[in-house]
Amino acid sequence: MRVVIAEDLALLRDGLIRLLQAHDCEVVSAVDNGPDLLAALLEQRPDVAVVDVRLPPTFTDEGLQAAITARRRVPGLPVLVLSQHVEQLYARELLSGGQGGVGYLLKDRVFDVGQFVDAVRRVAAGGTAMDPEVISQLLAKQAPSGPLATLTSREREVLGEMAEGRSNSAIAARLFITDKAVSKHINNIFAKLDLPPSPDDSRRVLAVLTYLNG
Amino acid sequence: MAAKDDRADRVRLTGLGLNLVPLAVTGLILAVLVLVSVLSMVVWIGLPLLLVSLTLTRGLADVHRTIAGQLLGEPIPRPYLPTPASQGVSGITRRVAVVLRDPATWRDFAWLWLNGVFGLLLALLPAALFLGGLFTLAMPLQLPFLPDDATLHVGLVPVSTPTTAVAAALQGFLLLAAFWVGTPHLIRAHAHLARWLLTPAEKARLAARVAHLSASRADTVDAQASEIRRIERDLHDGAQARLVALGMSLGMAEEALTRDPVQARRMLAEARESTRMALTELRDLVRGIHPPVLVERGLEGAVQALAITQHLPIDVDIHLPGRLPDPLESAAYFAVAEFLANTAKHSGAQRAWVRVNHGNGRLVMVVGDDGKGGAQATAGGGLAGIRRRLSAFDGSMHLLSPQGGPTIVTVTLPLPPTPAGGA
Repeated sequence: MRVVIAEDLALLRDGLIRLLQAHDCEVVSAVDNGPDLLAALLEQRPDVAVVDVRLPPTFTDEGLQAAITARRRVPGLPVLVLSQHVEQLYARELLSGGQGGVGYLLKDRVFDVGQFVDAVRRVAAGGTAMDPEVISQLLAKQAPSGPLATLTSREREVLGEMAEGRSNSAIAARLFITDKAVSKHINNIFAKLDLPPSPDDSRRVLAVLTYLNG
Repeated sequence: MAAKDDRADRVRLTGLGLNLVPLAVTGLILAVLVLVSVLSMVVWIGLPLLLVSLTLTRGLADVHRTIAGQLLGEPIPRPYLPTPASQGVSGITRRVAVVLRDPATWRDFAWLWLNGVFGLLLALLPAALFLGGLFTLAMPLQLPFLPDDATLHVGLVPVSTPTTAVAAALQGFLLLAAFWVGTPHLIRAHAHLARWLLTPAEKARLAARVAHLSASRADTVDAQASEIRRIERDLHDGAQARLVALGMSLGMAEEALTRDPVQARRMLAEARESTRMALTELRDLVRGIHPPVLVERGLEGAVQALAITQHLPIDVDIHLPGRLPDPLESAAYFAVAEFLANTAKHSGAQRAWVRVNHGNGRLVMVVGDDGKGGAQATAGGGLAGIRRRLSAFDGSMHLLSPQGGPTIVTVTLPLPPTPAGGA
């Protein structure tokens, strides 16, 4: 897997490179600022990019902006965004194109190496990996508006697990229900959110996007 | 529609002018009363009489401040020095002494005379122009009532025949035109005259300003000190303690590494958990000091990010001249955050809205909800803290929250004179 890394702190950048190299990834480019990141993304077309939100020269959301710009030019370019804090707003912006291949995680998630590498692989494969923190903010909402209001609380739970990027069997294991029950819930979600039949992956992304917008 | 408004405006201003006339006359009477009391100070009665007439003068001046303030769209502050509230003969003497030493008293006195002459003229002119215009216009109708051999001089035209009467009548249009164009200017000129003399003298204004600045500086220093104490306590009990635990776990893991690998593995897992907790606590702390999204997106983005995480739908509409200076941005953000937190906690609202706009060198933020109202800024509460924080920027907060709702909070913050940098 060819990976681009953008992180301005050398300590963390080296750590990420080592971590990913130890898990069969080839780091084709490791940059420390926004403009270099955009150039690397467009030239290298990596299988996945691991990007810090805050980068020089502005030290604002340079990394996020570069990722969004690159995905606008190369739809579906897989990007896993890391940050010291998560904002539902950013998650929404990343997914707004309706294309999968997006991850958005707290930097802490790197601690659990196995799960982190899983998330990188999932994003590279076109899936999503939303931080549990984003999901818990959404679940805390008592009164969802729009189409989400029609979902049962179980369906919203399943949708939250989907947004984190879990497979049907993983969701089944987490919620102590059968695989069959999970697929039933997911079909209900697709129907209630009025998502047209299409390859399962892109429907999942659209469902997650609706969820984030709710 | 606009023409109707214009007409209503002229009528209103002319009426106002007529109302100013008795005020000006009252002022002249008061001015004479003040003079008489000063002269009669040699006899004892002068002192209380002076106090009464000066108090009445201040009342009259306040009426003019209100009227002129409304006309100019900007309140005129009261300029007076505080008077001691003491009783008895010596008390009256002391109060008169304070009042007489106050420069504002003498400016009021000058105003009474000036208003009695020029003010009266300005106030009467609109009505005079209007009636004069009508009278002149009606010249041909009046002609039959003139004695046959008489010549009436109307403006520049001597009227004796129907033709000259019509010529004279044409001048009526000029008068009415002058009324139409001049009335707003005349009444505004009156307001400017009032502001010129009734507004606090520079020295009094500066004294009031210094008092305000000392108070708000003391508040700011207090607030900052307690904020720093809070951060110290949070770091001490939170992240620092976690790091100590982390170091201990690592040390024990190192020790157990060869002797008991299972134990070592458990210690390492604990160390990882401590790190995660320390990060979570630091993240919450940072959010409370200066939210990262504010750094990354400015006020607009940060308020939007805040709004979408709230439990009720919040309508956000923000227009800014670009990025605000950091301290202002932060104060504005925390004000909105506090208002929205109150809405979520206490109001029982179905929806809320945030409007931010700017103009005339000011930033105006309005946060409202359709909840049950009854919000109050209690001492030591969150709203009082916000008010204190805003006052450091000369900002103000106005809370409108009747029982039964809605609640609307308005914050006004002066913007720095130099245009803020790019978006």
